[in-house]
Amino acid sequence: MSVDLQTVKRVAHLARIAVSEEDAERMTGELNTILGFVEQLNEVDVSGVEPMTSVTPMEMKERQDVVTDGSKAADIVANAPATEENFFLVPKVVE
Amino acid sequence: MSDLTHLTISEARAKLRGKEISAAEITEAYLSAIESANPVLNAYVAVTADKAREMAKASDARLGKGEGGALEGIPLGIKDLFATEGVHTQACSHVLDDFKPRYESTVTANLWADGAVMLGKLNMDEFAMGSSNETSYYGPVINPWRRSRLDTVVMPTTHQGDGGFVSAGGTKTARTLDNAQLVPGGSSGGSASAVAAFLCAGATATDTGGSIRQPAAFTGTVGIKPTYGRCSRWGVVAFASSLDQAGPIARDVRDAAILLKSMASSDPKDTTSVDRPVPDYEAVIGKPIKGMKVGIPKEYRVDGMPEDIEALWQKGIAWLKDAGAEIVDISLPHTKYALPAYYIVAPAEASSNLARYDGVRYGLRVPGKDIVEMYEKTRAAGFGREVKRRIMIGTYVLSAGYYDAYYLQAQKVRTLIKRDFENVFAAGVDVILTPATPSAAFGVADEDMNSDPVKMYLNDIFTVTVNMAGLPGISVPAGLDGKGLPLGLQLIGRPFDEETLFQTAHVIEQAAGKFQPEKWW
Repeated sequence: MSVDLQTVKRVAHLARIAVSEEDAERMTGELNTILGFVEQLNEVDVSGVEPMTSVTPMEMKERQDVVTDGSKAADIVANAPATEENFFLVPKVVE
Repeated sequence: MSDLTHLTISEARAKLRGKEISAAEITEAYLSAIESANPVLNAYVAVTADKAREMAKASDARLGKGEGGALEGIPLGIKDLFATEGVHTQACSHVLDDFKPRYESTVTANLWADGAVMLGKLNMDEFAMGSSNETSYYGPVINPWRRSRLDTVVMPTTHQGDGGFVSAGGTKTARTLDNAQLVPGGSSGGSASAVAAFLCAGATATDTGGSIRQPAAFTGTVGIKPTYGRCSRWGVVAFASSLDQAGPIARDVRDAAILLKSMASSDPKDTTSVDRPVPDYEAVIGKPIKGMKVGIPKEYRVDGMPEDIEALWQKGIAWLKDAGAEIVDISLPHTKYALPAYYIVAPAEASSNLARYDGVRYGLRVPGKDIVEMYEKTRAAGFGREVKRRIMIGTYVLSAGYYDAYYLQAQKVRTLIKRDFENVFAAGVDVILTPATPSAAFGVADEDMNSDPVKMYLNDIFTVTVNMAGLPGISVPAGLDGKGLPLGLQLIGRPFDEETLFQTAHVIEQAAGKFQPEKWW
């Protein structure tokens, strides 16, 4: 399978990365090189093989459903580019 | 002072405990080595001199009371991927500009609890994506190793002062260092370069596809990627969560064992962290390997592999045989599919993990006319080319209609790769010996590698299988190639059997000797 310029632009939008026409053209070539490389996986007979979900056999750990952390709003917003009263500030999303 | 930087961790530990040296002295020695070397090698992206001095002072106080921890007063470098409270933690990406976490990663917290001293944060490929440390926003790291050539020099007839001797003109061979700058490998290039150039006693690193072992091999250092789950991933900036593992890079096998003992733990904050006690890895060093079964996988003999590497592998086999190990030929039939499967699984996980860099909560923000444009502009400006490439691949393979063809297929192949290893271990093989990398260190801005992303990816061909199967792997220096550059061998072990790796790697180290670059920086 290979991607065309339109697909690259669509994927860039899905990934929320702005691309110029020139970027998209370069990426089309690069992505097709990589997709060409991974194509060989189709040779492998995977009938009856379960996809891996966990590399080491482990049971999901459980813990008591109690509050163990919190009350650190100031820490959480400390690195944000724009905040007000412990809220993250973003451009208007709803009119 | 400078020779203090040449002590191994075990030597420094003995001298610190014996009060022959102080933590303050050894810390100052490293700080001054960094000051003079870093403008050339670019291994550190942030030096925390004040913090280092404070920590050293506290270590000296504890040592004075005979209370020192396992790493008391040992100065370490920390890869920029580990969250360190109040200190530069940016995964060497522009998108994390000025990020200073309000928390400490579990691995680094374990090191500080054992008394280690932080010298600063080490350069790396952006978000650990790269094999040459050239994708860093902070520029490439330079390998302290350079190629050299052997010249036959005609010795002039010399008179050496009064009472000196007169030597008749003869010939001798001398190594001449080449000026070309080489990469230290990646993504933990800063860690490897700093350890090899004596800019820290040891370093933390991480390995998703080979990012500890390949740079260790390129710099003549020892690097171990432990079993998935051995070191907590809490506070380590995520790249591909099912593959990422932290581990040390050190100057010898014993030092790597000492560091891993402190880094590893069970951590309730990481649900994939394993509930097993951490063994005393150092205790196995020096134990004989007589009767151990060492597997040699035929699939690791790849086309176009340099003769030097094949010869090194044969030497490794001979050393282990001499030490009493039984050598057996094995087959890991799905080896060649590990790298293509990795280039689906890792980018898919990365595209999801890196979705959080949106200009809202931390780091860079580039304004836009609305929130979507802000996201898109921020991410376009904040991520470098390699990172964007991987996010794009990951987004594509996870997008509607392609998930089964790519991601599901890759995860099935991953099951088969792991099964290959399970079969040979079930047949009684204790450890597997392979080359660590398909070549020695290459040049900075290598045209071939930079024009074709897949060529760069092939660096990880021998290491990536281990991540795909979640196994432990160690890279140990085993010799120099014809151009005087270090080469490494890799040992792969059963899950949570890091002890066998240290034990066997030490046998190789004893036979091969240790390697250090000639100082030019």
